[in-house]
Amino acid sequence: MALIPINVTVNGTRFERAVEPRRLLADFLREDLDLKATHIGCEHGVCGACTVLVAGEAVRSCLTFAVQADGCEVRTADGLAQAGKLSPLQQAFWEKHGLQCGYCTSGMMMVASELLERNARPTKAEIEEAVSSNLCRCTGYYNIVESVQRAVELMQEGAK
Amino acid sequence: MKPPPFEYVRPGSLPEALDALARHGATGRILAGGQSLVPMMNLRLVKPAVLIDINRVPGLAEIRVDGGELVIGALARHAALLGSALVRKHCPLMADAYRWVGHGPIRNRGTLGGNISHADPASEMPAVLAACDATIGVRSAKQSRTIPAAGFFTGALATALAEGEMVTEIRVPLAQPGQGAAWEEAANRKGDFAMAGVGVLVTVAGGKCTHAAIGVAGMAKPGTRLSATEKRLVGTALDAAAIAAAARAAREEVRPSTSYHADATYKRELVETLAARALAAARDRAR
Repeated sequence: MALIPINVTVNGTRFERAVEPRRLLADFLREDLDLKATHIGCEHGVCGACTVLVAGEAVRSCLTFAVQADGCEVRTADGLAQAGKLSPLQQAFWEKHGLQCGYCTSGMMMVASELLERNARPTKAEIEEAVSSNLCRCTGYYNIVESVQRAVELMQEGAK
Repeated sequence: MKPPPFEYVRPGSLPEALDALARHGATGRILAGGQSLVPMMNLRLVKPAVLIDINRVPGLAEIRVDGGELVIGALARHAALLGSALVRKHCPLMADAYRWVGHGPIRNRGTLGGNISHADPASEMPAVLAACDATIGVRSAKQSRTIPAAGFFTGALATALAEGEMVTEIRVPLAQPGQGAAWEEAANRKGDFAMAGVGVLVTVAGGKCTHAAIGVAGMAKPGTRLSATEKRLVGTALDAAAIAAAARAAREEVRPSTSYHADATYKRELVETLAARALAAARDRAR
């Protein structure tokens, strides 16, 4: 198959690459751009480990072809920390032991990022609804929900 | 796994998309939200030679009212429909059912047109559209036609779409005064595939039911109406006895498939319970 040239902005950096049409966005990020924060779990859209933001919306990067992201802005967990400093969400996951085994963490952080950008003060039920899209096989959703709640506090403290 | 190789086409307009579909015939598939097609490709269950990506075709995602109908473009995302004030007002059954559809990231990408073209029997929307007497607008490079929802779904993962045709819009008659709607469902987790779902639309005038429509999900065929059960309800006061009798009739009328988490017997029991709940809720909302 002929390669298709694309240009994609990932975490603020523009990348020009040529990809096979079947190249999944998840593999494009991990293999072609060497951005390894995005994890791949089930590869058929069930687990959510590979969730990234495309044009501000949380999507499964295993169900998106890289060619579809041509001209788009993509954000991944690689870009959460700024200048070596943890983002409020990362800080909160660290404080509340939201990582546990760590495999689902980057996907959880990306769905939480989308939630917090749309709704700066989500209720516990809204947080639970948002993270229910992603599987945590440590079954430790308590810590994850508490982490997002803590991130809300940290962001409000930071905004003062 | 990874998807098999394919050729990628990204039309910039509907005529271009239809031309590509005509050119590639049975080997071409439309890529809308990709939330069912891409998993099937990753699992190597389908191997289309050409994907025609309609995501950048302008004007296909509109949600608007045209005369007596709510018109939904094939590319309208589930997230947009879930949040739509027009849908809440004019098709409350769809709004109620959307609470059960997928999870956030799936709803961000998945589309109504893609959903019905996939025709999963566990899906809510075929049942909703059948209950609402919606019509499906389809086009090919040569012609356009309209298919009633009830005739659009021909079996599990099968539709009346001919080679070279794609869904372009869905038209739903606007909800009327005196109408009440309710969707009830049982799934392992909210957002997972339905084991059983029941959508009810009733019209009440002068204390009597004048129209009833029941669509079921999770059964053998998507978009199935329970017309015998509906007939039993017309003329009743939708009181507890009438609802219990109808729910028992629904249990007999459905043709359940067996799925991993629910066998046919269990599905019949679910349908009876869900139908009773949905009928009572729809009746209360019709007042």
